[in-house]
Amino acid sequence: MRIVVDRDLCQGHGVCESEAPGVFEVGKDHQVVVLDTAPSEDRRSELEAAVRFCPTHALSLVDD
Amino acid sequence: MAVDTGVREPARVSGGEGATGHLEELRTDPIALMERVRSECGDVGMFRLADRDVVLLSGAEANEFFFRSPEDVLDQAEAYPFMTPVFGEGVVFDASPERRREMLHNQALRDKFMRGHAATIASEVERMVGDWDDEGEIDLLEWFAELFMYTSSACLVGKRFREQLDGRFAKLFHDLEQGTDAIAYVDPYADIESFHKRDAARAELVSLIQGIMERRAAGPPVSDDDRDLVDVLMSIKNPDGTDRFLPDEVTGMFISMMFAGHHTTSGTAAWTLIEWLRHPEVLARVDDELAELYVDGAEVSYQALREMPLLESSIKEALRLHPPLILLLRVAKEELEVEGYAIHEGQMVAASPAVSNRIPEDFPDADAFQPDRYLDPRDEDRLNPWTWIPFGAGRHRCVGQAFAMMQLKAIFSVLLLDWEFEPAQSPETYRNDHSKMVVQLQQPCVVRYRRRAVARSTGGAA
Repeated sequence: MRIVVDRDLCQGHGVCESEAPGVFEVGKDHQVVVLDTAPSEDRRSELEAAVRFCPTHALSLVDD
Repeated sequence: MAVDTGVREPARVSGGEGATGHLEELRTDPIALMERVRSECGDVGMFRLADRDVVLLSGAEANEFFFRSPEDVLDQAEAYPFMTPVFGEGVVFDASPERRREMLHNQALRDKFMRGHAATIASEVERMVGDWDDEGEIDLLEWFAELFMYTSSACLVGKRFREQLDGRFAKLFHDLEQGTDAIAYVDPYADIESFHKRDAARAELVSLIQGIMERRAAGPPVSDDDRDLVDVLMSIKNPDGTDRFLPDEVTGMFISMMFAGHHTTSGTAAWTLIEWLRHPEVLARVDDELAELYVDGAEVSYQALREMPLLESSIKEALRLHPPLILLLRVAKEELEVEGYAIHEGQMVAASPAVSNRIPEDFPDADAFQPDRYLDPRDEDRLNPWTWIPFGAGRHRCVGQAFAMMQLKAIFSVLLLDWEFEPAQSPETYRNDHSKMVVQLQQPCVVRYRRRAVARSTGGAA
């Protein structure tokens, strides 16, 4: 499971950070940083919530 | 001119033969004009605004091009001349992209502040309905304009500032919003009444804010907990010890922070309620949804951040059918091509939420109010990220979207749990006034309210 960020779309609202703490962080430059690039499967529901509630639809989850 | 690439010029829509092109039509029936561009020219068509061509894009492919283009390709700064006299020189649309982004992406809109904002908003609605009798009538335009003046000032500037506002601010703000006639594309300072009122309103706002700043400067120091943005700005000094921000600049900043969220949220609240009154069967389901969520007396500040599928879908559907911004504009900074059509440097480029939100291939039964289209599995907003665009898309997407949705959920929680509403005029007579670039409800737009017989704690829905 891999997280893909569309940089054209991210505005740094920080919803992902609230939904999946430790996986995402939004810095002062208003851009998301993916802290955990290969999150474990047991965090899937948090990640799905982060994807779903991202106000700019900038995130997606890819299963390789 | 390059002619060997097979790139074509976009077709120009019919009409607009006069000296100012389609300006008059844009000032009277802009949606009909833009829909005609799509029906006559397709995804890429052209109309004429005073002495400039406007290339109007619609449909997913052209919209994606529009929304993904960076600032140095499609520039926003030059595209909205009618905003400069509203904000004042040096504010937002005259500032650099970096500065603009920083100012617009106010820290106050970050997710972690939302719970506190929700509590503030709930208490502002309670204060406004505190003046109501058991039944009566409200003008939707005026009532929501005043409410959102209080909520946005309290959340974005601070509670201390909000307490220094009264109904005058909403009225002055209304004059600013009405001062957005498209004639600004010919002359932003044209000798017309709405521009005179706009300039007088801005001057009056500066003097009100100057008064607030002077009273604070003369008064006792404020405790850290009560400090708001006014205090912060007043504390910043130039190297020579003079104030960095004068009342004119502070006013400009506050106008620019509150403007984008004011007429938009206020219109959306009104249209959501109007659509419910036109579709009582949907309102009954929303009442049930709320009654269940609040059955144990949950706090609005908690619940407004949680999911309310049908209420949220109703707001989304009101936004799709009645988007507060109907025309988004940029200026092309280089030669471009989209779907085989040329866009030339200096031309204006536009996308229209009013047109794209109703494309029937993406939104079946596009003119109908159907909140269920957002529920799983239809998910029509998520499936059409480039045509479901009431908040725009891409890098300029509305930064206040999450705040606006939370705000509307909090407000309707308070209103619907304790009150019932019915139209005070024939339901089809509610409509928008399109004579200004800022679209607002046309008066009369009156609804009747009545206090519910059953209290919230025992379940609101009758």
